[in-house]
Amino acid sequence: MNKTIQRPGDTIFRGTAVAAATTILVTLAAVGIFLTIKGIPGMTASPEEVKHGTTFLAYVAPLVFGTLWAAALALAIATPVGIGVALFISHYAPRKLAGPVGYVIDLLAAVPSVVFGAWGIMTLAPAMRGPYAWLEDNLGFIPFFAGPASATGRTMLTAALVLAVMVIPIMTALCREIFLQTPRLHEEAALALGATRWEMVRMAVFPHAKSGIVSAAMLALGRALGETMAVAMVLSASGVVTFNLISSTNPSTIAANIALSFKEASGLTVNALIATGLVLFVITFAVNFVARLIVTGPNRAKAAKS
Amino acid sequence: MTTTLERPQKDQPTSDRPFKQSKRIPAGSVWVVWTLAGLALVTGFVTDLGGAKGFGLAWLIAASIPAMSFAVEGRRKATDRFVTLLVVTAFTVAVIPLVSIISTVFAKGFPVMSSEFFTSSMRNVVGEGGGINHAIVGTLIITGLATIISVPIGLFAAIYLVEYSEDSRTAHGLRFLVDVMTGIPSIVAGLFAYALFVLFFGEGVRMGLGGAVALSVLMIPVVIRSSEEMLKLVPNELREASWALGVPRWRTILKVVLPTALAGIVTGVTLAIARVIGETAPLLIIAGITDSVNTNPLEGRMATLPVFAYSAMMNPGVPPEPSIARAWGAALTLLIIVMALNLIARLISAFFSPSKGR
Repeated sequence: MNKTIQRPGDTIFRGTAVAAATTILVTLAAVGIFLTIKGIPGMTASPEEVKHGTTFLAYVAPLVFGTLWAAALALAIATPVGIGVALFISHYAPRKLAGPVGYVIDLLAAVPSVVFGAWGIMTLAPAMRGPYAWLEDNLGFIPFFAGPASATGRTMLTAALVLAVMVIPIMTALCREIFLQTPRLHEEAALALGATRWEMVRMAVFPHAKSGIVSAAMLALGRALGETMAVAMVLSASGVVTFNLISSTNPSTIAANIALSFKEASGLTVNALIATGLVLFVITFAVNFVARLIVTGPNRAKAAKS
Repeated sequence: MTTTLERPQKDQPTSDRPFKQSKRIPAGSVWVVWTLAGLALVTGFVTDLGGAKGFGLAWLIAASIPAMSFAVEGRRKATDRFVTLLVVTAFTVAVIPLVSIISTVFAKGFPVMSSEFFTSSMRNVVGEGGGINHAIVGTLIITGLATIISVPIGLFAAIYLVEYSEDSRTAHGLRFLVDVMTGIPSIVAGLFAYALFVLFFGEGVRMGLGGAVALSVLMIPVVIRSSEEMLKLVPNELREASWALGVPRWRTILKVVLPTALAGIVTGVTLAIARVIGETAPLLIIAGITDSVNTNPLEGRMATLPVFAYSAMMNPGVPPEPSIARAWGAALTLLIIVMALNLIARLISAFFSPSKGR
C-alpha cells in the first residue's frame, strides 16, 4: 500500500469519499446539537411564557407516556402477527405464493403514512365504534375498556391498530429474512427425526432466529415511536395520562403533538416543541442503538466461531 | 437397492417397537375445509353479515381441522395443524387492513381524477374544483433536491466504506451510526431542518429547500446501505485485474466498480426516493402548505402532495366534501407514484442483474 504512487486523482477521490463519510457523523451530531440549542430555552421557559402554560416537565411527561403507550400497544399487536406472516411466507405458504406475497408486503412498507392516517380516520375509526361500545358493555370491568366509549372511534386503540398495521410489513420483512437464514440442514435433520412442521419451526427456526426477532421488534418499536401523521390524524388527544383504550380522552404522542401544534406555535412555545422533539430523538436513538447492538453482537460472535 | 429395502421388513417383527402406520385425515378433506373457511370470510365482507362475524365463522370452520386431527391423529399432529391455522390467521389478519386501505384509496380517490385535477392549483378555489398541480410541482422539486443532496453523499460514503476503509474500526462505527440514523423519526428530521434554517433566516422560516434538507437526513442512510450492499457484490477479481493493468484506484472505482454495480445502485436510489416522497411530517414543519404554485425552493411555503392530502383532510373548510375528495385524490396520486417507483426499481434490478436473486 505505502509503495504505490499517490496520483492527484486518487487523493481527490479518497478525500471526497472520506468527506462524505464524515458528513454522516457531522449530520448526526448536528441533529442532536441543533435540537439541544433550540430546545434548551423551551425547557427552561416559565409557564407564563409558553402557550401550554405549564413547566416543561409537566408538559412532556404525558406526551412521553402517550408515545410509549401507543408504541407498546402497537408492538403487542404487530409482533405476533408479523412473526406469523413471516413464517407463512418462509415456511408455510406454497413456494409459488410466497414470492409474490413477500413482494406485496415489501410494497406495503412503502405506503406513505398519510395514507394510513386517512384510512384510519375515515374507515377504521367509524368501523370500530360498534366494537368499542360492545367492549364497554361486556368488558367494562377491565380498566382498559372502562369507557365511556368514544362516539367517533378516534381512540388510543384505533391509533395503536393503525400503527400496528404500519409496522407489520417492517416486522414481516425483517423476520422473513432471518427465518430464511435458518441452516437448511438443521431443518431437514429435525424433519428426518420425525418432527412435525411446527416442532421443526420450534426446535430449528426459532432458536436460530431469537436475537433477530428481538431486534426486529425493537426496530419496529423505533418506527412506531417516531410515527407522526397516522397518530396525529387518528387520535383525538387531550393531554391526559390514562390507560383507558376506548374513551375519547387520550394522551397524545410527542410526534403527533409537534405536528398538530407547530403551525400555531411561536416564540418559546416553538422551543418547547423542539425540546419535546429532542426527547423523542433520545428515546428512539436509545431503542435503535440497543436493537443494533443485539443484531451485531451475537452475529459477530457467531461469525468468529464458524 | 431391493435387498436393503427388504431387510427392515424381515427385522420388523423382532423389533420391540414395531413401526405403526399412523392414521391421517385425508388431505382432500383438509382442502375442503380451507375452501369453506375462505368462502365464509369472503361472504362476511361482501354481504351484510359483516366482516367480524364472517371472520369468526371462517375461523370456527377452519378450527375443525385441528379438532378432527386431535381425534384421529393425536396431540402432536393436532398441535401442528393448530399452529398452521394460527399462521394462516396471522396472514389473513395482516392482509385484511391492507386490502381495505388500497381499496378505500382507489374507491375514494379515483372519481376525483380528471385533467383539471392535475393541471390546476388551489389558488382562489372555494368549494368544488381546483387541483393538485402546485402540490405535484412542490413534491417533484423538494424530492429532486433531496435526491441531488443525498445521492453524492450517500454514494461516496458507501465508496469509502467498501473501497477505502479496509474494514477498520472507523468503518464499523460508521456502519453502526448509519444504521442508527435510519431510525431517526421523520418529525425530528423536520425539526432539525427548522432549527438549522432559523439560524440563517429567522423565526418562522418556511421554505422548500429546508424540506429537501430534512428529507436528505432520512434518505442518506438508505442510499448508503443499499449502495454499500451493491458495491460489495462487485467481485474482487475485477478490481485486482484493473489494478494489475496499472489503472489507478480512483479510475478503477469510476470505470470498473461503479458501472458493474450501477443497476443495483439505481434500484436502491429509486427505493430511497419512494421512501421519502411520501414523508409528511418534516414537510409539514419546514415547507408548510400554500394554495399556489411555488417553484422557488428558496422563497416561501411550498405545497407537497402528502402535506396537501393531510391539510385538505384535517382542515377541509366549508363545505368539507370537495376538500376531502381532493385529499383522497392526492393520496391516490401519491400511492400510485410510490408503487410506480417500486415497480421501476424492481424492473431495473430484474433486467440488469440477472445473477442476483433469492
